[in-house]
Amino acid sequence: MDRIPILRMGDFLLVTIQVDMHDQLALTLQDDLTAAIQRTGAKGVLIDISALEMVDSFIGRMIANISRMARILDARTVVVGMRPAVAITLVELGLSLAGVDTALDVERGMRRLRDALDEAGVASADHED
Amino acid sequence: MLPPMPQPAPLVLDTLQRDTAALLQEWFVELKAQGAGSDHRISESEMREQGAELLRVLGAAAETGTDVGAEPWRPVREFLDRMSRSRAVQGFSSSETATFLFSLKRPLFARLRARATDAAALGEATWTVTELIDRLGLHTVATFQKSREEVINRQQEEMLELSTPVVKLWEGVVALPMIGTLDSARTQIVMESLLQRIVETGSEIAIIDITGVPTVDTLVAQHLLKTVTAIRLMGADCIISGIRPQIAQTIVHLGVELDGVTTKATLADALSLAFKRSGLVVTRAKA
Amino acid sequence: MPITKTDAVPVRTEHDIVLARQQVRKLTQELAFGLVDQTKMVTAASELARNAVIYGGGGTMRWEVLADGARRGLRLHFVDEGPGIPDLAQALTDGWTSGSGMGLGLSGAKRLVNEFELDSAPGRGTRVTVTRWK
Repeated sequence: MDRIPILRMGDFLLVTIQVDMHDQLALTLQDDLTAAIQRTGAKGVLIDISALEMVDSFIGRMIANISRMARILDARTVVVGMRPAVAITLVELGLSLAGVDTALDVERGMRRLRDALDEAGVASADHED
Repeated sequence: MLPPMPQPAPLVLDTLQRDTAALLQEWFVELKAQGAGSDHRISESEMREQGAELLRVLGAAAETGTDVGAEPWRPVREFLDRMSRSRAVQGFSSSETATFLFSLKRPLFARLRARATDAAALGEATWTVTELIDRLGLHTVATFQKSREEVINRQQEEMLELSTPVVKLWEGVVALPMIGTLDSARTQIVMESLLQRIVETGSEIAIIDITGVPTVDTLVAQHLLKTVTAIRLMGADCIISGIRPQIAQTIVHLGVELDGVTTKATLADALSLAFKRSGLVVTRAKA
Repeated sequence: MPITKTDAVPVRTEHDIVLARQQVRKLTQELAFGLVDQTKMVTAASELARNAVIYGGGGTMRWEVLADGARRGLRLHFVDEGPGIPDLAQALTDGWTSGSGMGLGLSGAKRLVNEFELDSAPGRGTRVTVTRWK
């Protein structure tokens, strides 16, 4: 069965979705990512959807689920590269993707993850005394 | 859908196919009598070329029957489409364009009368030719209308784009100054282009300034909100500036929820906030 | 309303959902819909096709290219012989904006199209017809 590859970049995981996913592929990605976060102890996940011409409620739910599960495993998720037509359609569809952080591109997404990590690092340093 | 017509009588075919050079000449006598040829929008030689072309494809198609919607008549329809589109662009009216075709009737009838051997055959043939030219005329007018609509639509779109440009205020900050009354269609097109520019410029902050908008109705307010939501979904943020007191009142009246949306009274304030969020500081140079 | 082109594709498996999306994308491109309108129609098709597969036990998507005078449009019929929807009013209310609910997504799909018709009852299957005009 085909799978969407997950790349490791230091403390982060990068997923680039480039195919028109059928439902099972999306569910597999969900499982694979969760397992990868646990296995690698990754602190951040970057999901690049710049190649997606459409995001429906199923994919939207998958993204929201990944974000929630990652948080439970102490990792942050940033979704990057959403196309204008997709954004407009999602708003019309009523899918808010609440709780999912987004950025314009991979570079900015990385920056956001690093900033969040730094903040968390400062916070935990404060706690240590 | 009109019923298909059988192959036309030999008399009709003969009239359409034999000695077309002379037919073309007689047709142009008719056209000139109506003022063609002295029109600056199209030269007489260009018109003659078109006429000759039409007679050629007409003669060929008539061989197979008189159902102008059928496949063998495609070259004729396509010719008329091309001609009609170019007339539309050249600025002719639909009646001027159709007259080009209808004025072919007189020379055709003259020929039929000259060659007919009996009244019944003449009557039949005259009717066939009339129906043929009429159907082609209708097709021409329909294409003409469609071309005009396409031109108008394109012009409207261009005007919309020109009237609301998205400007880059700074690295990472774009602004959309909206001016005039907003209608639903215009707002949608303009919002789409704003989102597109955000992606193209990689700007994380967009400012929508509505100082120049006198009134806002529910639909427009909702569009604005949807745009802000879409911008956030994409990973950027949006500030709405220039909300006049009257508009603020309208928004409250309409019960539109603006929570979570940052608003500023002026574009200058919005820019100031954008700088702050971007971690930029403006300092005065030492004199 | 004159239908210039029409055909039907099965929506029985999740792969059919992807194929249905691609077919709708192709049709909206041929009709020269703007990109946003294309995306809306494709997304609506995805929602409705999925409903037919998951809740309807499999069905059919029939598409029709329409010509109404000067304007052109695309109409999609999603038909299944499944259990049917017991409470239409409830099915059309927003129940899943948080993204966690299972909802039928009908209300969302309705907002993506110009015309929306729902015909369903327990034991009578479901028929959803959506139309977008250029």
